[in-house]
Amino acid sequence: MADSTASVEPVEGGKRRDFLELLTWSTLAVGTAAAIWPFIHQMNPSADVLALATVEVDLSKIPQGSAIKVMWRGKPVFIRHRTPEEIAEAQAVPLSELRDPEPDSARVKKPEWLIMVGVCTHLGCIPLGTAAGEPKGEYGGWFCPCHGSHYDTSGRIRKGPAPSNLPIPQYTFLSDTLVRIG
Amino acid sequence: MASDVEPLVLKSPTLRWIEERLPLLSFGYRHLVAYPTPRNLSYWWNFGSLAGFILVVQIITGIVLAMHYTPHVAHAFDSVEHIMRDVNWGWLIRYLHSNGASMFFAVVYIHIFRGLYYGSYKAPRELLWMIGVVILLLMMMTAFMGYVLPWGQMSFWAATVITNLFSAIPLVGEGIVTWLWGGFAVDNPTLNRFFSLHYLLPFVIVGMVFLHLVALHTHGSNNPLGIDLTRKDKIPFHPYYTVKDLFGIAVFLLVYLGFVFFAPDFLGHPDNYIPANPLVTPAHIVPEWYFLPFYAILRAITFDIFWIIPAKLGGVIAMVASIVVLFFLPWLDTSKVRSARFRPIYRIFFWILVLDCLVLGYVGANPPEGWLVTLGQIATFWYFAHFLIILPILGKLERPLPVPESLSAPVLPRGAAVPAE
Repeated sequence: MADSTASVEPVEGGKRRDFLELLTWSTLAVGTAAAIWPFIHQMNPSADVLALATVEVDLSKIPQGSAIKVMWRGKPVFIRHRTPEEIAEAQAVPLSELRDPEPDSARVKKPEWLIMVGVCTHLGCIPLGTAAGEPKGEYGGWFCPCHGSHYDTSGRIRKGPAPSNLPIPQYTFLSDTLVRIG
Repeated sequence: MASDVEPLVLKSPTLRWIEERLPLLSFGYRHLVAYPTPRNLSYWWNFGSLAGFILVVQIITGIVLAMHYTPHVAHAFDSVEHIMRDVNWGWLIRYLHSNGASMFFAVVYIHIFRGLYYGSYKAPRELLWMIGVVILLLMMMTAFMGYVLPWGQMSFWAATVITNLFSAIPLVGEGIVTWLWGGFAVDNPTLNRFFSLHYLLPFVIVGMVFLHLVALHTHGSNNPLGIDLTRKDKIPFHPYYTVKDLFGIAVFLLVYLGFVFFAPDFLGHPDNYIPANPLVTPAHIVPEWYFLPFYAILRAITFDIFWIIPAKLGGVIAMVASIVVLFFLPWLDTSKVRSARFRPIYRIFFWILVLDCLVLGYVGANPPEGWLVTLGQIATFWYFAHFLIILPILGKLERPLPVPESLSAPVLPRGAAVPAE
């Protein structure tokens, strides 16, 4: 090195050795992070799980007033063919009465079809009320037997410990009777 | 450095509080920081810490693989392909693990030959050596059972052949094999228990490695001169050997990751990408490279020994004996001088043994036909002769070179009076 004496003299507030040390530690930090990442990311959903992230459902076989459950990403999705009375009831509720205020119109694409993830927002149980004969709770929607949360005909939380409404998944109507969830 | 190990001084009251109740910091300090290490260790002494490093890599990658693997005959092969294709970075983690097994053996074999060359097995390190042989045995069991898990053709037939070794035992052999299989052939119960044990044994190895280190730190590392060093010929482990070991790991990673990224299947066998088929044996089955010398010894016994031990049993006995003999090495080698540096004749026999093991590996890799059978028998004979005949006699006959008193004292010319200490 032509300027080997410079290595021991402070240059603009730092020595060459400080720079090398910083470089070494930075390389070590970046390298370690890069080496650790595969071991963390491997626990995220794998390609085959992601490939199953959409399901298509034929709605033509669901009569008015009844509902079905379909599996989507390992969770139940409730699809309810609502009656005009149920729709009216859901639309009539003033937002001020709701814990998680959301108008019914924001929760459906077509008013007669209520499509939502059937997992209680409290601690993850499956609320009752989809199959015929199951208790529907005090608001005619769903009732979670684990800790007593009541949902209305729009799947909104009305009573009990759950903090928010049943979530709405992404879905698209491919035709009048075919819907793709996810 | 003439003083003894300097005591650990803790400034923080919190650390002092912990130290008083759980002396973990002083333990780590004593064994990883201040630990007096010979100042003349060569790079051959890097392979112990390298082996420890790979053991950790194998355990971490193994735990990850177990999260995605299914130990069932109907799903095992597919779940491995699932790891290779679907799991995020799964291909990398599996290749790290499979090549890691090869690297583990490569490093451990060098570590063992280092011990053979420098007489690291001699008093007072006999138990240190024997624990090492136990670790080798555990590694072989673990590697074998791990190889079965992907449930390819080689997996299945390796499991069949190796478990059938036990059928050579007179009277109870067949019963033992059935017990090992949990049935009448290698099948789902076998796969399940192999998976369970493959997960367990590495932790047993960790325990044995701990004992290995306890024994090592009792008398300290041997060194290239093989002499007992005084305190002034030793330097603290940190920073001298922490840095040297880290450098060794960096160089090792170049080789290891070279395989992982550029030739991940080079050390494996393509037949193991064919799903296991109990109805068809591949034309030429060979074990992984690290078992080849032992495989050659197994196949070398093609004749009945003394007319009473059938060839099948003889082969199994020879293979087991090839490792068991290592347990007796500290007493078979009768020379008081540790390092081959001062044993001119042993040094030659050492390199012949290295060559012999390579020949055994070559024989094990090829079909047992023609002159290779004879070569395998000669090499097998030499392997045992080295330990059972040459070493005991050589210790008595060989005239070692003058051994220095310490690192600083030069070897005195022959005939000069040894100054009083």
